[in-house]
Amino acid sequence: MSGPSTYEPKTGFTKWLDARLPIVRLGYDSMIDFPTPKNLNYWWTFGGILALCLVIQIVTGIVLAMHYVANTSMAFASVQHIMRDVDFGWLVRYIHANGAGMFFLAVYIHMFRGLYYGSYKAPREVLWILGVVIYLLMMATAFMGYVLPWGQMSFHGSSVITNLIGALPIVGPAVKTYLLGGAAVGDPTLNRFFSLHYLLPFVIAGVVILHIWALHVVGNGNPTGVSVQDIKKDTVPFHPYYTVKDGFAIILFLTMFAVFVFFFPEAMGKTDNSIEANPLQTPAHIVPEWYLLPFYAILKSVTFDIGPIPAKLLGVLAMFGSILILFALPWLDTSKVRSMRYRPLARQLFVLFVLACVGLGFCGANEPDAFVFKTGKDRLQVEYSDANGRAQTKFFDQFSEANAYKESLPTAAGASLQVAESGFKWKWLSQILAAYYFIYFLVLMPLLGVIEKPKPRPASIADSVHKRSGSGRSSSAPVAAPQHAE
Amino acid sequence: MAEHGSSSPTADGEHAGETRRDFIHIAAATVAAGGVAAVAWPFVQQLAPAADTRALSAAEVDVSKVPLGSEIRVLIGGVPFFVRHRTDAEIQEARNVNISTLRDPATDDSRLRPLPDGKLNPSILVTSAVCTHLGCVPLGPDNGKVGEFGGWYCPCHGSQYDTSGRIRKGPAPKNLAIPKYVYETPTMIKISL
Ligand code: HEM
Ligand code: FES
Repeated sequence: MSGPSTYEPKTGFTKWLDARLPIVRLGYDSMIDFPTPKNLNYWWTFGGILALCLVIQIVTGIVLAMHYVANTSMAFASVQHIMRDVDFGWLVRYIHANGAGMFFLAVYIHMFRGLYYGSYKAPREVLWILGVVIYLLMMATAFMGYVLPWGQMSFHGSSVITNLIGALPIVGPAVKTYLLGGAAVGDPTLNRFFSLHYLLPFVIAGVVILHIWALHVVGNGNPTGVSVQDIKKDTVPFHPYYTVKDGFAIILFLTMFAVFVFFFPEAMGKTDNSIEANPLQTPAHIVPEWYLLPFYAILKSVTFDIGPIPAKLLGVLAMFGSILILFALPWLDTSKVRSMRYRPLARQLFVLFVLACVGLGFCGANEPDAFVFKTGKDRLQVEYSDANGRAQTKFFDQFSEANAYKESLPTAAGASLQVAESGFKWKWLSQILAAYYFIYFLVLMPLLGVIEKPKPRPASIADSVHKRSGSGRSSSAPVAAPQHAE
Repeated sequence: MAEHGSSSPTADGEHAGETRRDFIHIAAATVAAGGVAAVAWPFVQQLAPAADTRALSAAEVDVSKVPLGSEIRVLIGGVPFFVRHRTDAEIQEARNVNISTLRDPATDDSRLRPLPDGKLNPSILVTSAVCTHLGCVPLGPDNGKVGEFGGWYCPCHGSQYDTSGRIRKGPAPKNLAIPKYVYETPTMIKISL
């Protein structure tokens, strides 16, 4: 896509510089004159938003690091010091903490965009894979960042996750010890997490450069999925068309961001994290930040062993597998048609997939044995073991009856009385949704390419814009753009 | 390897396409890889627990200080343990269980360690305080919540342990682990990681 450079240095200095380090040319070719399909809609603005998010996290993070102390006896207090004593410390911390959520919101939209419009298909496989790498690095960064304020959730959340890593076969225990630097989450852990939390965003910045490089080799995709055939007819220069469009999206995004920072800064936070970490007391509900909930739900959804593999390990494998599967996506999807606009079946299954992901998020936030909805009325249940040691259950409506029955049993029966509720458990919902998650990638994606009959696609991008032949839904692209290049 | 193939491969008795230069390339790359590995080792090993951290991996506990019917919680190198002083009723409960009905069968005696005189001391139970499900610290008599089986109750996903620390109900697969410990005197135990 990056055709011959059209940059022409005008001043003496830029001519001199261009012959020595063509950096102005690089910027011009990739941000000013870069030929961009003229039909991009607002789903394409999230790349720019993501770049901004990374900058915001790095700038606020560096400021926080000036006041933060990575020591278990001082970390919590230093964050309180930032919140109360440092001038505008509260602002910087709230931007950073909410910024992490905004970053993930944007990356999820960006990734769903990719899934819908087939952005991972040839020739953009490497571009997609670099994106998944960035996403993994983001998760690692956010996970370690959340440990730093050393609240209850920081401590116990990181214990749960490192225990999961310890559950991996063979290498698990060693990796866990090397990660923690001790027998449990403690000072060595906090220090190395701080070091890595500082480092990884710059690694992300490096991979982002590769991501954009790969983008500029193959060019943007577009909502029709039809490749650019004629640069003059199908594309417009990035500036001013997309700088303005991206800029407008950024303004809307920052507005929403500011609403959170200034009016609901703790909306996504957990109150438990305002209590200093106490290794001897586990909070009642350990839940990760919202953006990691769907994966947590997949982890918890596996409650059964398969052959010799215990449930816990299966859960861990399912959780990691659900992310790693994204790497294989370009080869799992067998359809030649990129955009789901022209894939009637895939499109419906995609909507279900998005719903499944959101649903998994809710499953992750709820106790597996709590009820999504209840059926029937509550009863009383006496559980005991009979003379042969088999577990038995008896139901009652009245407390007096149930209690009398319990009292009548010998102590050896170990009888217990509790309220028996019936209904549909979150656990079951998460199992259904997690199953759909995997079926979508492993069965539907490969199968659809074979059985689905795609709708006719427009002959070219220019065609779809000018004749509106596409799916009839007008794209919000700059259709009225003057034919700059003609 | 053929890239560097010499024009006269057989002249000095070498196999076709392989040259001394190939050998030098492979040898040099091997030495470089060895060097990288040798340097990588200290950079990985520094992540392991440091000597002072390892030095804190044992502690002595005076079990005579644990109130009857209650427990104390000990942190060793950040890892929590329960030391529980069981009542006679609790000991009886732990002993009366039909072992074959348990998820992780173990007798109460197998979960105790001998006093210096070789006898078991059923009144003191020492266990790991890490739920075998996902590692939360269960609630116990100290928190006024012991679960249906009188031992411990894990608030995270509802695992219930009995007065011997054995798993009875809930998602945890195994009993609360018994740590390495010895009675140094009839009232002093030493727990090590
Ligand atoms: C990919 C970019 C980043 C993400 C997603 C991220 C995420 C997070 C999160 C979720 C927290 C916990 C916030 C809280 O609940 O208080 C945090 C804390 C922190 N981060 Fe970052 N961060 C990023 C980049 C950085 C950078 C580049 C630095 C330093 C140069 C940094 C320094 C800190 C510090 C010092 C804290 C502890 C203070 C606090 O908890 O507010 N972060 N980060
Ligand atoms: S960690 Fe104890 S029940 Fe899950």
